[in-house]
Amino acid sequence: MLTNLIVFILASIIGSEVISKVPATLHTPLMSGSNAVSGITIVGALVVAGMVGDKWAMYIGMGAVIVATINVVGGFLVTDRMLQMFKKKA
Amino acid sequence: MKQNIIDIAYLISAIMFIYGLKRLQSPATARKGNQLAALGMFVAIVATLFIQEIVTPVQMIIGVVIGAGVGAVLARRVEMTGMPELVAAFNGFGGIASALVAGAEIAKVLSEFRHDPSLVSHLGGVDAVTISLSILIGMVTFTGSFVAFGKLSGKVSGNPISFPGMRVFTVLFMAGAIASIVWMVLHMGDFGAAGLWLNPMVEAGIAIGFAGAVLGILLVIPIGGADMPVVVALLNSYSGLAAAATGFVLNNTALIVSGALVGASGLILTNIMCEAMNRSLFNVLIGGFGGDSGGGPSGATSTEGLTVNSTTSDDVAILLSYANKVIFVPGYGMAVAQAQHAVRELAEELAKKDVEVKFAVHPVAGRMPGHMNVLLAEANVPYDQLFEMDEINGEFETTDVAVVIGANDVVNPAARHDKSSPIYGMPILNVDHAATSIVLKRSMRPGYAGIDNELFYNSNNQMLFGDAKDSISAVTNEVKAL
Repeated sequence: MLTNLIVFILASIIGSEVISKVPATLHTPLMSGSNAVSGITIVGALVVAGMVGDKWAMYIGMGAVIVATINVVGGFLVTDRMLQMFKKKA
Repeated sequence: MKQNIIDIAYLISAIMFIYGLKRLQSPATARKGNQLAALGMFVAIVATLFIQEIVTPVQMIIGVVIGAGVGAVLARRVEMTGMPELVAAFNGFGGIASALVAGAEIAKVLSEFRHDPSLVSHLGGVDAVTISLSILIGMVTFTGSFVAFGKLSGKVSGNPISFPGMRVFTVLFMAGAIASIVWMVLHMGDFGAAGLWLNPMVEAGIAIGFAGAVLGILLVIPIGGADMPVVVALLNSYSGLAAAATGFVLNNTALIVSGALVGASGLILTNIMCEAMNRSLFNVLIGGFGGDSGGGPSGATSTEGLTVNSTTSDDVAILLSYANKVIFVPGYGMAVAQAQHAVRELAEELAKKDVEVKFAVHPVAGRMPGHMNVLLAEANVPYDQLFEMDEINGEFETTDVAVVIGANDVVNPAARHDKSSPIYGMPILNVDHAATSIVLKRSMRPGYAGIDNELFYNSNNQMLFGDAKDSISAVTNEVKAL
């Protein structure tokens, strides 16, 4: 538990440092991209749903897998779509 | 050994996420950064699917394929103006995923207990709290995001909604959520009843989920359309916290690190948005500010008896063509009128005439943080012409013409001096410092905040009434002809 808390706090600090330097121009892609990253829940869904063999855990977990994948795939694709539009003056 | 390999894979993905986000610090490296983060996600998923002992790989892969299909379609189809809704919806999916994982964890614990009652001993109050929080934050994010989605897409009224006793209602549900968490803590490992549904843990989980769902709705309905950017950013933060809470439940470092990153990112954006509107987060959450529609004075004369100067596209074309420096100030009205491409064309024509052209983007222009930049990028405006408020505000003094297209409250000088104004103290773009300002507007209707704009009555301001796209196209044609 304590280890988890340490990891959480350190990651929050790194996150704040890295993200506060992102320019306003890229705030929308930042949101959709970080949103895709929060879809990491998919890993948790796979672990819980796939490892036990319990049917309830499987059904609920599979639901989680589907929504988390929407989040991950949709988030990264739409961010890529936005970022490819940002071009420098020719 | 296997677990070590998986943990190392998770560490690698976490590092890729951090460096991916770091590359978002410049538009030049941003796309690579996003791809790096996506690769990190791929590493984490592959490690989980193939190294972990997954009992039901087929079902899991089916789940991934379905989700990927839906996500890809949504990402391809969305219009850039609809980006805030999509991000809100994705936040919601992230939230419900966390709640579901925590729910599945309860089912897993119960199942393990049925097979081997001695396993329960490792569960404690801390597990109960983390599972509860994962469900609670997940559900608040889920329903809150979908209400925000409804408001942003116009499916639900953008006006603040409140009803008598709403605060009491909110407090009651918060108390209910806390009581359910306590219930869960007290009954962790209490598997007395045989069936799944009669179990106190399951009941507590469902109660927490329900309370969270109601709280999410109550959180977002009182907030007006104008404040949605703040809410979307805040929910973004919640979706990260939900993922981190799930990480605590599963003791999974990848989830905790990514969740913390997203939580921090959402919180920073929330803060930036609040500062840009000079409102505290508390003030935004209390709600009631700004709706869809604002009535108000129309016609060329205001109720104060002041008059505005009206101009024509020919005059604007002449003014712009002979200027040294022009700053465009786009607002969401420009996107509504689909005038981005017309504006970019005009900017290019002016550049051909050696006019220095810049774009000034207010932090709350558009419907989410950075939205206006995406809309302009889509219209092929180079990003090195886009400037943030603090960078460009000093330049208006040396600007010949500032052209305001579909923006209103963010250029209202009343924010600087009129203490009675609802937007007093909000940082604005100093358009009134330019030698001449031109405001493109459909009518004299006020903006989101529902207040009159002093700028329009300045002697060096000229109004160009009409549809922004038609007006800009007309100006562009005149400029070409000159």
